Amino acid sequence: MPFFRFISVTVLTLIALFASPVSANSQEVNVYSYRQPFLVQPMFDKFTEQSGIKVNVVFAKKGLAERLKREGRNSPADLIFTVDIGRLMEVTNKDLVQAVDSAILKDNVPAQYRDPQDRWFGLTTRTRSIYASKDRANLADIQDYEDLAKPVWKGRICTRSGKHPYNLALIASMIAHHGEAKAKTWLQGVKDNLARRPQGNDRAQVKAINEGICDLSLGNNYYFGKMLNDKEQVAWANSVHLTFPNQGNRGTHVNISGVALTKHAPNKANAIKLMEFLTQDFAQGLYAEQNFEYPVNKNVEPSHLVKSWGSFKSDALPLADIANLRKTAAKLVDEVAFDE
Amino acid sequence: MPFFFFKVSCTAKFIQHPEGYYPLNFKLNAQERPWFISSLVIAILIGLPIAAVVYLAVFPEENIWPHLLDTVLPTYIENTFILMLGVGISTFLLGTGSAWLISMYDFPGKKWLSWGLLLPFAVPAYVIAYTYTDFLEYAGPVQSALRELFGWKTARDYWFPEIRSMGGAIVMMSLVLYPYVYMLARAAFLEQSVSLYQVSRSLGTTPFQYFRRVSLPIARPAIAVGLSLVLMETLNDFGTVDYFAVQTLTAGLYDTWLNMSNIGGAAQIALMMMAFVIILITMERYSRRRQKQYQSRNQGSTVPSHKLHGARGYLAFTVAFLPVLLGFLFPFILLSIYAIKYFEISWHNNFVEYALNSFMLASTAAFVTLVIGIVLTYSKRLNSNPVTQYLVSFSSLGYAIPGAVLAIGVIIPFAAVDNALDELSRNYFNYSTGLILSGTAFAIVFSYSVRFLAVSSGSVESSLSKVTPNMDMASRSLGHSYLSTLFRVHLPIIKRGALTGMLVVFVDCLKELPATLILRPFNFETLATQVYQFASDELLEQSALSALIIVAVGILPVVLLDKSISQKS
Repeated sequence: MPFFRFISVTVLTLIALFASPVSANSQEVNVYSYRQPFLVQPMFDKFTEQSGIKVNVVFAKKGLAERLKREGRNSPADLIFTVDIGRLMEVTNKDLVQAVDSAILKDNVPAQYRDPQDRWFGLTTRTRSIYASKDRANLADIQDYEDLAKPVWKGRICTRSGKHPYNLALIASMIAHHGEAKAKTWLQGVKDNLARRPQGNDRAQVKAINEGICDLSLGNNYYFGKMLNDKEQVAWANSVHLTFPNQGNRGTHVNISGVALTKHAPNKANAIKLMEFLTQDFAQGLYAEQNFEYPVNKNVEPSHLVKSWGSFKSDALPLADIANLRKTAAKLVDEVAFDE
Repeated sequence: MPFFFFKVSCTAKFIQHPEGYYPLNFKLNAQERPWFISSLVIAILIGLPIAAVVYLAVFPEENIWPHLLDTVLPTYIENTFILMLGVGISTFLLGTGSAWLISMYDFPGKKWLSWGLLLPFAVPAYVIAYTYTDFLEYAGPVQSALRELFGWKTARDYWFPEIRSMGGAIVMMSLVLYPYVYMLARAAFLEQSVSLYQVSRSLGTTPFQYFRRVSLPIARPAIAVGLSLVLMETLNDFGTVDYFAVQTLTAGLYDTWLNMSNIGGAAQIALMMMAFVIILITMERYSRRRQKQYQSRNQGSTVPSHKLHGARGYLAFTVAFLPVLLGFLFPFILLSIYAIKYFEISWHNNFVEYALNSFMLASTAAFVTLVIGIVLTYSKRLNSNPVTQYLVSFSSLGYAIPGAVLAIGVIIPFAAVDNALDELSRNYFNYSTGLILSGTAFAIVFSYSVRFLAVSSGSVESSLSKVTPNMDMASRSLGHSYLSTLFRVHLPIIKRGALTGMLVVFVDCLKELPATLILRPFNFETLATQVYQFASDELLEQSALSALIIVAVGILPVVLLDKSISQKS
């Protein structure tokens, strides 16, 4: 039948054209990344240069965990990179990753920033800081996250969506420390103090402070460095103080960017090499210098700029607790209609 | 006129049929069978991702509805409704109004406006949202100039409309989506017979009355198709509403999926959105169920266009020019400025590769979608049985599902097949085949086809329905098979309509983002993913060049599109 021949030839040609199975190659390592490539590519390039192992990347902000799960034991992915603890724990809880027994990793990553069973490892840490207007905010009024709910800040706070992973982790830490009911009251208080509907990213909030829209904002600390190094954004950064909340008590909330080895990693040895490389001095230094994050490796200093913002005490709450309360945090955000 | 959901007339058809056959009990002759079987196979393949979403919805991780109902769902629904209503009304006004002006009047600049009005189609909604925000926000040139002028110091000193708002989202989306309505409305106006016009004018109608009482009702099915494409795009959009912090159902869907780790709940929301669309379209079709239209044969002449002189001519020009200016020229110029200013950052050696990837994916998907669209609609024409009708309708539902959810819907069956094959091969040949289809460009092309089939089969069907059945009969009686009839008779006649559909799919694929991101192979970038990498972090300037190229590549098909429409007249 000519018709079927036509259709089948078309389909087969297309499959032949496009389907190129990814095979396990001894000189490769495959990465699924929730982190934007331009933030990690320099480290990968250096790794390839030193080891001869090619790093292949797929970047997406959603769906990668689902893809990994469905691909199952044939998944080509070796490593999964995330920007917060929540997603890292999610792939761990779904049994998509495996433990790595590596002395190097254990040496380089403090116990606080890795899974007790070695299934995930933090690579960098970042604080959820409060940015305060140099002109209009009285720092004495904003010592702790709890102060964000104080009436004195009515109509003076800006933040990105309450549902963003960074904010969810902070809210989860509030739940862990104060219980759900108190955390909800606090969140309602913050919501009542907002100057505008939550929108934009962390930098956009600092920009809003510079524009006089608000006096306080929530943001990860490394954005301060990024803004200071951008010829347009430096003016925004210069209008604010970067503060580390809760220094008088439990310490500042800290999140991690991290990595985990997938359960069926086809290039396991290479993948572990890359993990180790990323926790060692050289790559950790790059994270510090280029991204203004805090290296997890204690032997590596933060960048000069980052150090100039001062040292701080970080909240010792186990990251797993924060991740486990993420869903509850998301529900609280809905209950107080934080984003509306 | 086409459409791809419920064929409402279907029931009526087989009750009225002289032989009185029943659903699921129909006979096919040897010639019809391959067409029926192939459309069945295609519909099943295309339906797989949709079925996978349904499957996900059946097994939610937890029941999300009590929480949603208690908290944010009413807001999500209200916002979605307002957004769809706003975009619906404004695209209707912009699209139909400009189409009317262009097809009925003669005024300065009409010739290039007739295709210029299609240009905003090439601009992705998220790109136009980013550009306008950059321009209109506090730090942008407009407000800075105003502050300079009036000596205002901070944002608290004056009022300025907030671009990041519901209103902003409606305006942005309307500006790039109205061409769907314009395109179809214009084709419908041009096809209208001159005798209708002569009769109604001789009975004393004014041109406006003619528009309202004759032309518009006749063009209604076409406009309805355009509007429903617009509304589905609006419903699915995530980039714009996310950037503008407008809480729609899509926002709720992604939140349920990503933050509450409940993909089943997210799939349920997706199905609810799909139901929303189906109801809308069914209502529209129901409201004109007693209407029937026959395209009269081409009389070789169209309604003569009125010449508008002097000020009226310029007024008409201004009105028709405004959507082009705001929806295309302005963002295009702004992007060009950024692209030049940040050329060093945005230019890199891989550019050609990314552009080629985009082009390859989009053109393959456009071709595949067209072939599938033709097979489906042609076999729908041949087999009037309800099964075929429903199959064709079902396989167009992909357009109503948000891209990222559809991508998961593609991953599930693909990975399942790959893993099953691997299992077989391991068992029998002790050899692992690995994943054959998952994570390849094939998966992306497949997802595009599922997503955009509605567009191509819609336009093919609309052309095909205008071909009189006499043609089929004549060709068959001269001894040609269905296939040869298709190639010798139908394809030459519907060429333009089919081409139109293909080009629209091409542009849509160039702009598609969420499914591409999730499904792509390692180290695989397209222009759209390149834009997203930076734009998602509000660093639009650094990706302006990629955005510009998407728009530029999109212009070519738009111009071809115009040729295909205007030649119909």
